[in-house]
Amino acid sequence: MKLTLHIWRQKARADKGGFVRYPLADVTEHMSFLEMLDVLNEELVVKGEEPVHFEHDCREGICGCCGAVVNGQAHGPQKGTTLCQLHMRHFHDNDEIWIEPFRSKAFPILKDLIVDRGAFDRVIQAGGFIAVRTGSAPDANGITVSKEASDLAMDAAECIGCGACVASCPNGSASLFVSAKLSQLGLLPQGQPERLKRALAMIRKAEEEGFGYCSNYGECEAVCPKRISIHHIARANCDYHKASFTVWQGTGGKAAR
Amino acid sequence: MKLDPRIPSGPLEDKWTRRKNGVALVSPANKKKSTIIVVGTGLAGASAAASLGELGYTVKAFTFHDSARRAHSIAAQGGINAAKNYQNDGDSTYRLFYETLKGGDFRAREGNVYRLAEVSNNIIDQCVAQGVPFARDYDGHLANRSFGGAQVSRTFYARGQTGQQLLLGAYSALSKNVGAGTVQLHHRKEMVDVVVVDGRARGIITRDLVTGELESHAGEAVLLCTGGYSNVFYLSTNAKNCNVSANWRAYKRGAGFANPCYTQIHPTCIPVAGDYQSKLTLMSESLRNDGRVWVPLKADDARSPDQIPVSDRDYFLERIYPSYGNLAPRDISSRAAKRMCDEGRGVGPGGRGVFLDLADSIKRLGHGVIEERYGNLIEMYERITGEDPYRVPMRIYPAVHYTMGGLWVDYDLMSSLPGLFVLGEANFSDHGANRLGASALMQGLADGYFVIPTTIGDYLANSKLPKVAPDRAEFTEARQSSAAFIQKLLAVKGHRTVDSFHKALGLILWEHCGMGRTKESLTTAITKVRALREEFWADVRVPGEAADLNQEIEKAARVADYFEMGEVMCRDALLREESCGGHFREEHQTEEGEAKRDDENFCHAAVWEYAGSGKDAIRNVEPLAFEVVHLAQRSYK
Repeated sequence: MKLTLHIWRQKARADKGGFVRYPLADVTEHMSFLEMLDVLNEELVVKGEEPVHFEHDCREGICGCCGAVVNGQAHGPQKGTTLCQLHMRHFHDNDEIWIEPFRSKAFPILKDLIVDRGAFDRVIQAGGFIAVRTGSAPDANGITVSKEASDLAMDAAECIGCGACVASCPNGSASLFVSAKLSQLGLLPQGQPERLKRALAMIRKAEEEGFGYCSNYGECEAVCPKRISIHHIARANCDYHKASFTVWQGTGGKAAR
Repeated sequence: MKLDPRIPSGPLEDKWTRRKNGVALVSPANKKKSTIIVVGTGLAGASAAASLGELGYTVKAFTFHDSARRAHSIAAQGGINAAKNYQNDGDSTYRLFYETLKGGDFRAREGNVYRLAEVSNNIIDQCVAQGVPFARDYDGHLANRSFGGAQVSRTFYARGQTGQQLLLGAYSALSKNVGAGTVQLHHRKEMVDVVVVDGRARGIITRDLVTGELESHAGEAVLLCTGGYSNVFYLSTNAKNCNVSANWRAYKRGAGFANPCYTQIHPTCIPVAGDYQSKLTLMSESLRNDGRVWVPLKADDARSPDQIPVSDRDYFLERIYPSYGNLAPRDISSRAAKRMCDEGRGVGPGGRGVFLDLADSIKRLGHGVIEERYGNLIEMYERITGEDPYRVPMRIYPAVHYTMGGLWVDYDLMSSLPGLFVLGEANFSDHGANRLGASALMQGLADGYFVIPTTIGDYLANSKLPKVAPDRAEFTEARQSSAAFIQKLLAVKGHRTVDSFHKALGLILWEHCGMGRTKESLTTAITKVRALREEFWADVRVPGEAADLNQEIEKAARVADYFEMGEVMCRDALLREESCGGHFREEHQTEEGEAKRDDENFCHAAVWEYAGSGKDAIRNVEPLAFEVVHLAQRSYK
């Protein structure tokens, strides 16, 4: 098939950037979306132009590197699919495709389709873990977890940290990302001691990083390649409110009263 | 090259305890004075950095990704082995040790493999405590499944995303330390050289992938946790950015490279669809628990699979290996599939594929159970191929997946360059000539959580390591040579893209140094690789500038290393005149077509030593001593 691509090109963070039009022929339906971009880039390099920079790695939908907004949808039109797993059989001959980076105040653009998602890491560093020293764990079967809780925790744990939720949210909120981690750890017995402190620390850090608040648009769930449910946001909010009223104020771990 | 494995003496089961009891300790007050540089933040790197940070060392960790959560460990699907014997099916540390050693075709060290089996249980404990949501039974206890090469159920798993969950566990431990200030984490920085001062690894040079700046980092020890080199074949199941460069630059600074010819071909991958293909996708080996592998009985059978009656099907793994059946080890299953296709019985476009059929299990267990076990894999297959595995058998074909070879290390995980330690897939130590399924995650985490925190202290305590500053001449020299290398790539200004060379290199290696190798094919490969390398340096086109985010420079530098590495891999395969594990020399096979080892002449690790630019690498040998195990011909029949 023949396509017309409109791709966001931006040389560096400080540049203005804009869409550039690229006609592309000989695209086959079995190609992945990123392979289609590879083909374009090969052509550009041979012509002496700079290729389109985009982040990618595993190309199996699990590393969370890739992602772009395709025709207005993060990761493109197929539900529950990362950009690398989207195949060209979902497009038609003579389609026009608009490709732009995941935009958000908290995700500055580094080049073309590559954005800086470091804010996600900093939110995890603020509390997205169960603190356990290497070597100090009890026997694994000494902690029993109901299959229901374990399965729910796993649903949340599937988050790949790609940032599609943020890019799709009108508020630029990271609530789905943050709550997936809070839910995973909060559902497990191992995560109980730090549960409320964790909710407070991560949600406050997200705010500090420039992510917006959640007002239940549900766009995040719709584009999430791992189909993470917004139920987790409700659970996280519950923990957050409990924490704000009862225990730790601030991150110092001291009781408020 | 001096290659002392430094295996502790004494009975096999006491070796690790003896080593732990014998290591010199670094006092808590002195730990922070030692800077440890950790390159790579996959399972091995993240677990090591977190554990060392916790101990009080000054840790600087580096990843070329935007986040420490993206390393390719994340893509491991099936599971992680441990000798917990929760199933009461007769498992033990010894059994896990023996099966891993046998699976590796008796080409690994007894002492290392036993230690791996010994610490396997601690890994599961650690991960559960971190909140890794392993699969559980209805009673709330951990579930297990079977994996290739084992007759017990010892594999722990988290749906089809075990690697992801284990990596996120290690990443969370690392993040905790970053938040607490005990680890300094550097993103988007790729190691381009190891700096050697007075014969010891004392730092690294990194390239900032956003600005292109070359930076010096000094420390008391360097840990390479930089993964394997499957991408030398271009098409592999590895992530696109996996590369050999960190290991190769260390090799050029004096670290021996062991057994480069030991590459693993995974039997269950989605077949190649076209020449634009950028990578291959693995379908977890766990599918072989419930999927039956078959091809049509007759060659060139063009009927669709549902039109082929059972009497016209050949369930070849069950036929040839009745006691292991569809769970025969990876190398053996891969070669069997290739033989079927060579006989003209392959399926799908080009006849390079065999069926992996879930139909019988769906009938027996129901759609729901199969969906719960493999739902995400089945969905992934459907996305890629457009075919529905619940109705049509999947098509699979072997693909390069893992490399057992890597930098040589002693029992303490130190390479032949003092102060340079190598962990995880990047080293050569535990899998011999073939790795069993669910053992890679185990090894990465064993090295990072439990081995290196003990052994590195011994090196630091016993070595005189005067502080070195990053403005020393050795750092300047390394930085300048890295800059010159990048300028040289940019200066070629030829006509061909980096990828076109990489694809051509991969094709040569896959055809001549892939599943079957001969003296002739390997000799041809070496000639072809050399010729292509010359062409690369005469005609490659790398656009853009050095001081910029430039993905073409990143790729070009890695491909340049692959050319050199690929040649050494072929030479290693050529000189190893035997078949073992993933290394199959067609001249050396039994009458039934199985690998035939030559224990008399090749019961050793071959360790390649850099001899200087333009000179042939030197082959050294570390003999493998077997004190407990009797070397047997591997049989899965």
